[in-house]
Amino acid sequence: MAFLTFKGGVHPYDGKELSKEKPIVDFIPGKELVYPLSQHIGAPARPVVQKGDHVLAGQMIAEAGGFVSAPIHASVSGTVTGIKRVLNNVGNKVDAIIIENDGQYESIPEEKTESLDSLSKEEILNRIRQGGVVGMGGAGFPTHVKLSPKEPEKIDYILVNGAECEPYLTSDYRRLLEQPEYVIGGLKCILKLFDHAKGCICIEDNKPDCISLMQELVRNESRIEVMPLKTKYPQGAERCLIYAVTGREINSSMLPADAGCVVDNVDTVCAVYRAVMEGHPVTDRIVTVTGDGITQPGNFRVKTGTSFAELIEAAGGLKEPVEKIISGGPMMGFAMYDYHVPVVKTSSAILCMKKDPVTEAEETACINCGRCVSGCPAHLVPSRLATYSEEGQEERFVKNNGMECVECGCCSFICPAKRHLTQSIRSMRKIVLANRKKPK
Amino acid sequence: MSDLLHISSSPHVRSKVSTSSIMQTVLLALLPATLFGIYNFGPHALLLVILSVASCVATEAIYEKIVKSKLTIKDCSAAVTGLLLALNLPPTAPWWIPVIGGIFAILVVKQLFGGLGQNFMNPALGARCFLLISFTGRMTNFAVPENAWGNVVDTVSGATPLAALKAGESVDLMSMLIGNTKGTIGETSALAILVGAAILLATQVIDCRIPLTYIGSFAVFVLLFGGHGFDLSYLAAHLLGGGLMLGAWFMATDYVTTPITKKGQLVYGVCLGVFTGLFRIFGGSAEGVSYAIIFCNLLVPLIERVTMPVAFGKGGKKS
Repeated sequence: MAFLTFKGGVHPYDGKELSKEKPIVDFIPGKELVYPLSQHIGAPARPVVQKGDHVLAGQMIAEAGGFVSAPIHASVSGTVTGIKRVLNNVGNKVDAIIIENDGQYESIPEEKTESLDSLSKEEILNRIRQGGVVGMGGAGFPTHVKLSPKEPEKIDYILVNGAECEPYLTSDYRRLLEQPEYVIGGLKCILKLFDHAKGCICIEDNKPDCISLMQELVRNESRIEVMPLKTKYPQGAERCLIYAVTGREINSSMLPADAGCVVDNVDTVCAVYRAVMEGHPVTDRIVTVTGDGITQPGNFRVKTGTSFAELIEAAGGLKEPVEKIISGGPMMGFAMYDYHVPVVKTSSAILCMKKDPVTEAEETACINCGRCVSGCPAHLVPSRLATYSEEGQEERFVKNNGMECVECGCCSFICPAKRHLTQSIRSMRKIVLANRKKPK
Repeated sequence: MSDLLHISSSPHVRSKVSTSSIMQTVLLALLPATLFGIYNFGPHALLLVILSVASCVATEAIYEKIVKSKLTIKDCSAAVTGLLLALNLPPTAPWWIPVIGGIFAILVVKQLFGGLGQNFMNPALGARCFLLISFTGRMTNFAVPENAWGNVVDTVSGATPLAALKAGESVDLMSMLIGNTKGTIGETSALAILVGAAILLATQVIDCRIPLTYIGSFAVFVLLFGGHGFDLSYLAAHLLGGGLMLGAWFMATDYVTTPITKKGQLVYGVCLGVFTGLFRIFGGSAEGVSYAIIFCNLLVPLIERVTMPVAFGKGGKKS
């Protein structure tokens, strides 16, 4: 069978066997939970609780700070002990609401819906917004914004991103396997918003069990189809996924909606289902805790606000010495200098590595081999862009489409000279973006 | 445990392929042609190979010592240059030829332009052409050393098969394929070179783009302008003879001196084919591969400029 794919990409060691067979385990959090006000792209949420307030699980503790924003909900019942500046998983200090867990897990009554047909489009969108649903694949873009394009009738594809192309991550895999009905249910909610759209569940062919299970479950669904994808990084990158399934290309100045597509991660679609049908806001997510530096890798259902450190303990602790701990996958995740940070809506994994290949690799001269060109899914010439960046040639960088880079990391991964291509390109992209924001 | 965790910008994993592993693979892939050359032409060929590699590596080490830059001989690129240079020398060359050639290749062509990755022409071929111009007689004496181990088939005029072909003599295709003919140390056996090429392809050090467009466009050129019409054995002699196979698989594919763009590599291959054809058929000498490659090396920046890939999503309309 010919699988769908894109041009470019690389094949890193996928490490998924470490946690693939481990069923999702519910993790019971400790005493203190931390809820950063910014767990999404857009304006930070505004706290609606004060020190000393008693809150219930599922209760909104911070409201959306604007249209492109999302509310935040308590994942446990307990007492608000304050609002503090804390370290988050990407190394920033952010404001966060701290809640002391009373261990009762008393939750607010949830407003269940019997049938999707009884809800109007506005009601569905409203529930998604109130449920604080954001892109849980990593970007954290508020889902209700994504689902409110200018011309909804022009959307003809809803893509459920189950590629999970990042090495080591198995949270989407376990979710697809253990709760496929949530994925399909969530997709149906989204399809209800777009009358002309077809739903596609996109899964890489390294998860054949998920593909056949899903195919079996959607056999009688006229609007839903399973799309097996070739296993290749970054198959799950939005632009690559859209191209693989529809053959349409979008660039940095376009949105998926411009290609008639809405792309949502598996976990996000589940969150949509729970928000719409069960009235349950986003208060937990699946986190893969893995890597050769973890004693017992596994997949956990984790309440937001839980500390990474507790989660690492739950996975048997670190196998010392560990050189690197990453929030997310090895290709696009963030290396952390301190893992006492909270799980947020976008935390898909904690990866602990005994050896750090980046500091081990010595950077040498570019030999012009062109591997970065072959690997670049954006069809750029990364080695040249990185050089422009290192030389501070901003104009040339932009002229050679440096802003089309999606920072997937393929070039740095594949470079035999071990150049830090992605890093150089990323730095210049930041400079260009900052300069664009400057008032002229 | 070191108390501090490492942090760095993503990605946090790296491919196992490194510059030195690539160069080592190239050395391995050159081994069949080298061994055959040594077998064919005897102990003097072995001496030339050793001197050439040693000269290149030593030049690089000494230069880097003098200018106090980082020692890079471990990346094996100088060894590859040395071996390629040796394979491009006639088996009768005096011992000082590879020594001078090695110094020229590494010092003048490579290091003075900034070292690995900065040279604008293939160092081994640059040195060969320098030697050809400076020591024409010694560099074109393709006599077989007396103590050769192999059994080299002689042509009527005692020339290389390609020179014989140019003179209108008949050549033995089978011996050209196997390699027991006259020529430079490493170019005679098309078979040994193809075994090496297969290694490079299997390990994905190179792809077929440049070699196939090169050989293909050269073949078309020979059929059109060779003056022998659709004569397949004449064509085969041209393909198997001279430095075409060694050049197409091992030197035209040198990363540093070829376009980085995929389309550019196709253009480059066609240019190589056309120029090799021009030099061989209309030029004064029987051989044309070396000159064609170093000439096309100079075209690389131009080719790259006109073949920059269109960024994903930027095709068709301007945004």
